Amino acid sequence: MYIAVKGGEAAIGASRVLLAEARRGDPAVRELEVAQIREQLGLLVDRVMAEASLYDPELAALALKQARGDAVEAIFLLRAYRTTLPRVATTEPIDTAQMRVRRRVSAIFKDLPGGQLLGPTYDYTQRLLDFSLLTTVRTEPVEVRTGESSVRTERASMPNALDTLADEGLIEPSLPSVGDPPPPDITRDPPVYPLPRTARLQMLARADEGWVLGMGYATQRGYAYTHPFGGDIRFGAVAVELVPDELGFAVEIGEIDVTECQMINQFGGSATVAPQFTRGYGLVYGHGERKAMAMSLVDRALRADEFDEEVTAPVQQQEFVLPQGDNIEASGFVQHLKLPHYVTFESELQLIRKLREEALK
Amino acid sequence: MIDGYNFAYLDERSKRMIRRAILKAVAIPGHQVPFGSREMPLAYGWGTGGIQVTAAMLGQHDVLKVIDQGSDDTTNAVNIRQFFARTTGVATTERTREATLIQTRHRIPEAPLREGQVLVYQVPQPEALYKLEPRRTETLKLHACEEYGLVNVKLYEDLAHWGRVETTYDYPVQVNGRYVMSPSPIPSFDNPKMHRMPALQLFGAGREKRIYAVPPYTDVKSLDFEDHPFHVEPQGHACALCGCTTSYLDEVVQGAGERLWTCSDTDWCREQQEVSA
Repeated sequence: MYIAVKGGEAAIGASRVLLAEARRGDPAVRELEVAQIREQLGLLVDRVMAEASLYDPELAALALKQARGDAVEAIFLLRAYRTTLPRVATTEPIDTAQMRVRRRVSAIFKDLPGGQLLGPTYDYTQRLLDFSLLTTVRTEPVEVRTGESSVRTERASMPNALDTLADEGLIEPSLPSVGDPPPPDITRDPPVYPLPRTARLQMLARADEGWVLGMGYATQRGYAYTHPFGGDIRFGAVAVELVPDELGFAVEIGEIDVTECQMINQFGGSATVAPQFTRGYGLVYGHGERKAMAMSLVDRALRADEFDEEVTAPVQQQEFVLPQGDNIEASGFVQHLKLPHYVTFESELQLIRKLREEALK
Repeated sequence: MIDGYNFAYLDERSKRMIRRAILKAVAIPGHQVPFGSREMPLAYGWGTGGIQVTAAMLGQHDVLKVIDQGSDDTTNAVNIRQFFARTTGVATTERTREATLIQTRHRIPEAPLREGQVLVYQVPQPEALYKLEPRRTETLKLHACEEYGLVNVKLYEDLAHWGRVETTYDYPVQVNGRYVMSPSPIPSFDNPKMHRMPALQLFGAGREKRIYAVPPYTDVKSLDFEDHPFHVEPQGHACALCGCTTSYLDEVVQGAGERLWTCSDTDWCREQQEVSA
């Protein structure tokens, strides 16, 4: 008689060895460097930073290497590391109008202050596989960067496309909440629903891109229609500033890349409020337009209570959209179903046998 | 011990925050206390709540036991035990009676726990009412008003439909005559062990960011009706290894449709085998 009641410890050890081998792949192929991932898989690195809510391209690239390119696993690695970091200080709000803009498009005006700046985008690539990339052209690193590219690459700052509308009072002003309370920190404070918009935006900013995309898309297909226009979509570097206690004034401590989307949405005015456009907001680390745009659709849908809109679709319900959008929580709980459930299953077996016995009597 | 991480992985401030939540939970038995759940290096749903409670509770002189499905050797239990061995260096044991802190998933050990021991449960879903009312904004009110009609109707409907309650694990309990609480997905077989247990029982739900507790010697009553009292149905088998007929048994499928039953609590099984040897 043999019953496998032991062996878990040995099995885990063996599994770790197999995983290391699988990660490395064919040893005849040169090992991937973290710097290569950081530089050449930049959009993936950006996604990992955004959903891990930790801005560190180096460690995000490392996480991707360790996770064999599995984005959610890499996000998990980075978030778990993030937990252990101390909170040194809180920075000043970033100012995206002062962004060093590498791309800015607005769908509402043909031309506008600051102009349209296409920048690097896949939008007009025609999506033909470039077979020339199959062969590595150069294996040695380039000695010196070739300096400024032939195209004008960025602008020092750019006013937001919504500003002119705001000046005319045609769009709701973007103002801090009454009393400007510090926003809750969703990674430290347990969520108590309903969440204020400041907390919702944090949750959306690091929510799963696929989930947010699907939710945003749903609003376009009639599940809580929000009538959106792409007001201002921009990507570039913003300064991060800190006010040290000893100094009392702001000091720039570095730059981060962010993508911001301000969506313009309509709503009918009421007896007391003249008609005004409303806003949906999206912001993510790095270059992530798909996510930022989808986020702004979902943000607007979640403001149903503010505008007294009828809640008809899941995308308008915080408790549906937000907790389920966390891919680390979701991935863990879905996959925990592969953990042993012998005990609970046995109790179900017992019951179903008993019920069948009684039914067949 | 691994370098570069604090004792038990979490920083001291996080551990203090968790301890405060635990103290509040102990003060209001069965009430779910929100806490700033941290992201642990283990997947959500795999015991992150239990791990955080354990991390906050562990001291250098503790002796830790980790079980999953009653066994110390299931992969997830091994992993969690190794995690704390690496990050704290505390002694670990497989013996229920020697442990000062036991982290568990899905079972309560068969050996009675004593004063001074702590039992930490991993909880996937702390809200006992969630299948009946998924909105936590609503369940909060139901608990506040002690409005448990929904769950009583559910039990009644089970009795009307099946002649018995159709819940075999995670069977809801009422703690200290007040809060209805999820005992975590332990089989209802284990529910009676919670009642007036001398050990402290702590429950951690990481993904759902809730901690709750049952202090020592607290009343824990499985929900029932006067004319349909809660009862545990015997499995009707004996352990193939130790012969025990009173412990909870795992069913092991052999070839040709044959089945064996063995103690789910492997440490208990070891003890019984040593007694009879």
